[in-house]
Amino acid sequence: MARRLVAMLLCLAALCAGAAEAPPAAADPALEARMLRIAAELRCLVCQNQTLADSNAALAVDLREQLRTMLRQGRSEAQVLQYMTDRYGDFVRYRPPVQPRTWLLWFGPAVLLAAGLGALSLVLRRRSRLADAAFEPDNDNPAEEGNP
Amino acid sequence: MKGLRFALPLALFAALVFFLWRGLSLDPREVPSPLIGKPAPAFALAQLDDAAPTLRRDDMLGKVWVLNVWASWCTACREEHALLLAFSGAGIVPIVGLDYKDTQPEAQAWLARFGNPYTATAFDGDGRVGIDFGVYGVPETFVIDRRGVVRFKQVGPLTPQVLEQRILPLLKELSRG
Repeated sequence: MARRLVAMLLCLAALCAGAAEAPPAAADPALEARMLRIAAELRCLVCQNQTLADSNAALAVDLREQLRTMLRQGRSEAQVLQYMTDRYGDFVRYRPPVQPRTWLLWFGPAVLLAAGLGALSLVLRRRSRLADAAFEPDNDNPAEEGNP
Repeated sequence: MKGLRFALPLALFAALVFFLWRGLSLDPREVPSPLIGKPAPAFALAQLDDAAPTLRRDDMLGKVWVLNVWASWCTACREEHALLLAFSGAGIVPIVGLDYKDTQPEAQAWLARFGNPYTATAFDGDGRVGIDFGVYGVPETFVIDRRGVVRFKQVGPLTPQVLEQRILPLLKELSRG
């Protein structure tokens, strides 16, 4: 039994050995990490719901190479982002810059929340001022009826 | 006051429906190009036909022209090809091809097989110039004016509708001005 298990494991190992090898690790892990951090902020325009870091589209591979080159040349993160937005527009950034055009996008949810809370407090305050007679009697508990 | 109680939610609902409806009809693939109204990126590329001299952006200054990005591996390019041939045959403006991330033999064979609508074709094997033009969905078509400013961009195959309603009127306007 044990021998058979060993044989099976060996077969499995042989299968694994035949599988594709992982791509070689980057020559410069620090640079690669920086590049991937920036790429994770950028949208891949070919498959729009993936980041540039995740995508395997040919354009994404090229653009990652471009980011690598630019970082190697000592360009800053801001310069790299500018390079990308110059070509593909703000759409390429998952976190678009805060500017008058995007105020609604950035602050809209907070404004809606504030408006909702404001409306709620207004309604509650108005109700608390109403006399009991303004409400329909509570019929949940018949025993207490007519017994304010 | 009573009226408002009904009118307000109804108005909000109508606004919501409007935005959702509008959202359905928008195509997320059509990303507005930041290049519109800006000078076309400079390039200097070998032509697909090796013997021809280097093609530069500045060679085209003073002319209204169309840049069409294509590749032999691009199936959508075949869709627009007949239209492009007809457009080129009309001889309205020069159409420059940008052969994007391709190999020379394959691209040349492709043109030989389907016909060549281009006045000249720049060969962008590694796709660098494509990146400068913000290309992400071949085929793409740019209209560039005399001062070298990008005036129009179409992502995806040209259609007779786009050609007649957007590109031809624009070309007429640019050639006049």
